[in-house]
Amino acid sequence: MPLLLVTMKTQTYNNKLIGAVMVVGGGITGIQAAMDLSEAGYYVYLVERSSAIGGIMAGLDKTFPTNDCAI
Amino acid sequence: MEAGRSPNIKIITNAEIKEVSGIAGNFFVKILCYPRYVDATKCTGCGVCAQYCPVTIPDPYNQNLSLKKAIDIQYTQAVPSSYSVNPDYCLFLNRKECKQCTRACQTGAINFDQKAEVSEYHVGSIIMATGFKECDAGSIESYGYKDSQNIVTGLEFERISSASGPYMGKILRPSDLKKPQKIAFIQCAGSRTQISGKSYCSSVCCKYAVKDAIVALEHEPDLDITIFFMDMRLYGKGFETFYERARKSGVTFIRSRVSEIKHDKDTEDLAIEYIKEDGTLHHDTFNLIVLPMGLEPHKENYSLAKTAGIKLNTHGFFQTGLFNPLNTIREGIYVAGGCKGPMPLPDSVMQASGAAVCASELLKKSRGMLITEKAFAEEISIDQEDLRIGVFVCNCGKNIGGVVDVAGVKKYAETLPGVVVSTDNVYSCSEDTQALIKETVINEKLNRVVVAACTPRTHEPLFQTTIREAGLNKCLFEMVNIRDQCSWVHAYEKEEATQKAKDLIRMAVAKAGLIQPLAEPVIEIIPKALVIGGGLAGMTAALSLAEQGFECYLIEKTSVLGGNLRNIHYTLEGEDPKLYLNELIDKVNNHNLINVITESEVESVNGFVGNFHTVITGANHGTDREELKHGIIILANGAAVYEPDEYLYGKSENVLLQHVLEERIASGQFIPAEEDSVVMIQCVGSRDDNHSYCSSICCSMAIKNALKIKEINPATNVYILYRDMRPYGFHEDFYKDARDRGVVFIRYDVKHKPEVTEIDGGVRVTVRDPIINKDVVIDAKILALSTAIIPRKDEKLGKALSVTKSAEGFFLESHVQLKPVDSYVDGIYICGMSQFPKPIDESIFQAKAAASQASILLARGYVKTEPIVSSCDTDKCIGCGICEYFCPYNAIKMTRINKKRKAEIVVAACKGCGVCSSYCPAKAINMGRFTDDQILAQIKAFGDSRE
Repeated sequence: MPLLLVTMKTQTYNNKLIGAVMVVGGGITGIQAAMDLSEAGYYVYLVERSSAIGGIMAGLDKTFPTNDCAI
Repeated sequence: MEAGRSPNIKIITNAEIKEVSGIAGNFFVKILCYPRYVDATKCTGCGVCAQYCPVTIPDPYNQNLSLKKAIDIQYTQAVPSSYSVNPDYCLFLNRKECKQCTRACQTGAINFDQKAEVSEYHVGSIIMATGFKECDAGSIESYGYKDSQNIVTGLEFERISSASGPYMGKILRPSDLKKPQKIAFIQCAGSRTQISGKSYCSSVCCKYAVKDAIVALEHEPDLDITIFFMDMRLYGKGFETFYERARKSGVTFIRSRVSEIKHDKDTEDLAIEYIKEDGTLHHDTFNLIVLPMGLEPHKENYSLAKTAGIKLNTHGFFQTGLFNPLNTIREGIYVAGGCKGPMPLPDSVMQASGAAVCASELLKKSRGMLITEKAFAEEISIDQEDLRIGVFVCNCGKNIGGVVDVAGVKKYAETLPGVVVSTDNVYSCSEDTQALIKETVINEKLNRVVVAACTPRTHEPLFQTTIREAGLNKCLFEMVNIRDQCSWVHAYEKEEATQKAKDLIRMAVAKAGLIQPLAEPVIEIIPKALVIGGGLAGMTAALSLAEQGFECYLIEKTSVLGGNLRNIHYTLEGEDPKLYLNELIDKVNNHNLINVITESEVESVNGFVGNFHTVITGANHGTDREELKHGIIILANGAAVYEPDEYLYGKSENVLLQHVLEERIASGQFIPAEEDSVVMIQCVGSRDDNHSYCSSICCSMAIKNALKIKEINPATNVYILYRDMRPYGFHEDFYKDARDRGVVFIRYDVKHKPEVTEIDGGVRVTVRDPIINKDVVIDAKILALSTAIIPRKDEKLGKALSVTKSAEGFFLESHVQLKPVDSYVDGIYICGMSQFPKPIDESIFQAKAAASQASILLARGYVKTEPIVSSCDTDKCIGCGICEYFCPYNAIKMTRINKKRKAEIVVAACKGCGVCSSYCPAKAINMGRFTDDQILAQIKAFGDSRE
């Protein structure tokens, strides 16, 4: 969503609280926070330093104890 | 991947925060976005650019064990799936020559004119989740990590054993790519040290070393693996059994800290000397050594904390409080995960949910203002159309492709009746394959889709969403698991595995011919919650829901709120638990949306997600039974303290439970004198035949009380008899403090438990010290027992709710790592010590996480159920009622239609288990997606001749 639209909408609906959250870090923690927030009704900007989200977990082979694929 | 698809999440990569201004609810954040040099809207992810790129660089995704190009993608399933240029290595960006990629790219996506840009965003809250990094192995000079290729870090070993890793899942050592026969893991590399690394315990290395050892043995059962450790810290749910499993599968554990590694330049082998606990010196040589490195904060935390106006702790992680584990000093900015300290994965996930709910409490008035619902194209009607089946076969990198002849399977699938197209893909779960599937469905006018890949348990929803986006009903989908059932179990029988994959696909295609679109029933949710248990976790969850605007019933069995927290009088961190508890109780009691009901118990629970009816009884109701209606349940009924029948407990008044000692110290009933000795015995009833698990909190509790005694009177003698000291994370610092202050720690072996006899004015404790191999005799005034934390035996509640429990008797989460607060029943969430023993801060963030998951449902107001429910053909139904009897979910009710008894399915409660269908003597009940016809077609296809 373009910045302009966000600003306009919030001014129309609410003077104080912005219904958007910025999550800094695109690892499993950041992704989980972003998913929860978007499902709970908030717009999310997920900011990641590298070129793709996933973080350290994307590099793990298998996870305890079910040996499920980490992706 | 799911995050990449949400219309309400904007992913901004190659970006960092430059400035934060404003106040809670109303922040302005400036973000500096570095260029990718690839236009993400044009890039198809085909990878031709990387083929032409002449620059080869080490691949950080594979821990630099393999190579990649200067234009590349992080990993195959990366989101976003577009390539990007590494500006440090690109020839054009550094020397103005080359541009091979620009010429190679078919879509003109490469754009070297892109510049770094600053943009400003307006948000209500900020969540920091920047993670951690592995400590630098090179900094431990005596190990010589830089001099030998055959010393690898834990993360490097993860990539070595990964099927998508540099050696395609073969366990090889880097120097000569030969299989190492002897592997050693050296624990506490970079952790628990004052010299080269961090003073704290990194919490996760023991766990992942054991996991890596087990996985390596699964790859190569004849490996000889030794783990050198100081204390094995396998605290937490399920880990003690995992430790046991490793020992049984032949992993050797040696208690010793290895100080030096010597390299043999000719053989590339590694020699170590170590001293065992009994003082004997040993030598051994290994082919490969793994250093499960500790975790440390990113250096960038300093600048980030400055930018955001928040604080770091002494170790360089983001600072939080014991009772506010997700809050920073700046209102509206929250932190979660590895950036606030080392922690295992489920904790990160829970903190993420918890931080999300903190933001939600703050911004509740503007919930839903800025989001858009995901819109799907109208479903295509498939009535009276000829079968057009598409089959997509997955290589899963080498995971499937390394065993099964995927190209052959794909060709075979083309010959099956009804199949119009078949493809093979490297990773079917990647973003580009989703685009391919969507495109193929539309172009080939497919009306059934079969994916042969991994397990539907984790990946079916992804593919169903994809075909739904292409206009197909999500039930026009079949998934075949050719990973678990072919390439994994038949890893050494390649031909047979391929044949089996073909058989399974033939069966799925036969079934696909009969599948029909099904509707998803929508259930409304009563926007109220029931929280069971008025301890710390229950109160935290209730308060969080109420703060978000949801009405809440909070039921407590006793007459007072507070639970186990009432037994805590002081904390290691120094924060006052009494003060916090009283404030919390006040807030809960005075909140107009929380209805606190004390001295009450749950008698029965009926209904299903969105629509529960709970009957409670208790002192305040007299003989009346009160019925509550609510949409969700949060279980937080805590845990109890184990009372042992050993060590003279109950027989001598000098033998106490650890929390009773705490109470006596706090109240002044016990004032430690100079001549007094206090002995504490750890693991009483934990990690033994009574309770197989580690209770996680007792080591820190013992250290806390020992330090308190030393604070009151430094001359009092304190002895802690332990098996492994497990004060994980930053509590390690307090362990060191206790040793510095003269608390004596003596290890005992479970085979030689301490012996206790009564003497005048106290007890005599005799323990075998393994270091001197002699008995130590201590006459003590007080013996405090750190006993196990055990699940509450609440039979009434257990009967009322059919929530699955783990072998230990605690509530079981539906996925240990990724769904740590969901129970196996939809709409019921678990938190606090009823899930597993845990310290204060962990209870709080878990309660917040449960509130987060619950509030998502309550805010949405409805839930869609899976269409795999059963349906009853009332013409065939003979009204025998056997289905009602066998249904484990109370999802069948017998009703009367035209005066005849008939079965009626309560769709919302049905879980699709199929018990009713298999028992029905009249074959009147059919399962959505698993009808008799479909299953028979599958069986018949299995018998059909192969090829």
